[in-house]
Amino acid sequence: MSLSKRIPVFLLRLLALGASVSATVVMVTSRDSAEVFNMKFDAKYTNSPTFKYFALINAIASGYTLILLFFPSKSSCGHFILVLDLIIALLLDSSISACLAIGQVGKNGNSHAGWLPICGQVPKFCNHVTGALVAGFVAAVVYFLILLYTLHNVMNLFTFNG
Amino acid sequence: MASGEEKTEVARSQVPVKGSKVELVVVLLRFIAFFATLSATLVMALNKQTKTITVATIGTVPVRATLTAKFHHTPAFVYFVIANGNASLHNLLMLVVTFMGAKCNFKRLAPLAIPILDLMNVSILSGGASAAVFMGQLGRNGNSHARWNKICDKFESFCDRSGGAMIASFIGLMLMIIICSLSIIKTLRNNHNSDKLVPNSSVVP
Repeated sequence: MSLSKRIPVFLLRLLALGASVSATVVMVTSRDSAEVFNMKFDAKYTNSPTFKYFALINAIASGYTLILLFFPSKSSCGHFILVLDLIIALLLDSSISACLAIGQVGKNGNSHAGWLPICGQVPKFCNHVTGALVAGFVAAVVYFLILLYTLHNVMNLFTFNG
Repeated sequence: MASGEEKTEVARSQVPVKGSKVELVVVLLRFIAFFATLSATLVMALNKQTKTITVATIGTVPVRATLTAKFHHTPAFVYFVIANGNASLHNLLMLVVTFMGAKCNFKRLAPLAIPILDLMNVSILSGGASAAVFMGQLGRNGNSHARWNKICDKFESFCDRSGGAMIASFIGLMLMIIICSLSIIKTLRNNHNSDKLVPNSSVVP
């Protein structure tokens, strides 16, 4: 592939690497504790399997992006890399979606189920997790763009003659 | 140029080419995925359970409260229903285009719209399915750290039905991932073939 095609993908992958690494790190370091009515609230990311899944998927995505950054682009592996890109983009998408669902319950509660919001008691944890989710969302969007761009390169868009 | 087009038309109408087996597989998978996502949408949308439980007892008179569990109490399930409805509509549209679109000559960017639409719907469907799964896991097990009680011990049939809808949605999701990869590969192959023959080729999804 020519240099003009490789540079945008390289920049996008760099951006995705930064986003997924920061999402992982911020989620793993989120912690807060509070004492309400002699009950100790200790909020960590391991308390919820959703957040563990989010941290795991973002770690996998950052490792994969790191490996691909140093990968010489040959056309023989192009299709295989496309399928792997699709899988990683779908996993990132599912992890951010699940975390947003759980985070919404944590922030607003669910009156029908009798679940109280916890963001009032552990605000630092909530803000930390919000930052991690923003980074994860950016990573998911950038990966979708990478996928579209890889499709564009492999399919030679705009050479369809009408 | 004209003889090349005739050759393409003749080849497509007569002997089944190797590509038509892939098309048949894609059509079959789309049928199954359409029914899977449609059943997931319907089961979750009609998911409702009402239960009267005793909240307190005043003297000997029990105070009863009627609690309802509906799918639209949770934004995750609402997103699940919308995503599955969207995916089933997309599959229906693609099936219609497959059967009616053989006469139409798709030019320029239209053959590219199908893999891209497939990609977008797969993403949305995966987001909806996973959000519903994690919300269901929260409802089934609760979260002791956040003092959130589980609700599945009171509303068993609600939980079972939503679990069935999630299974159907995941079957649809797996099939749609396969369909997406197959349609991308098919578009790639059509692109390479059309580079050799004529620039104008009709593509059937």
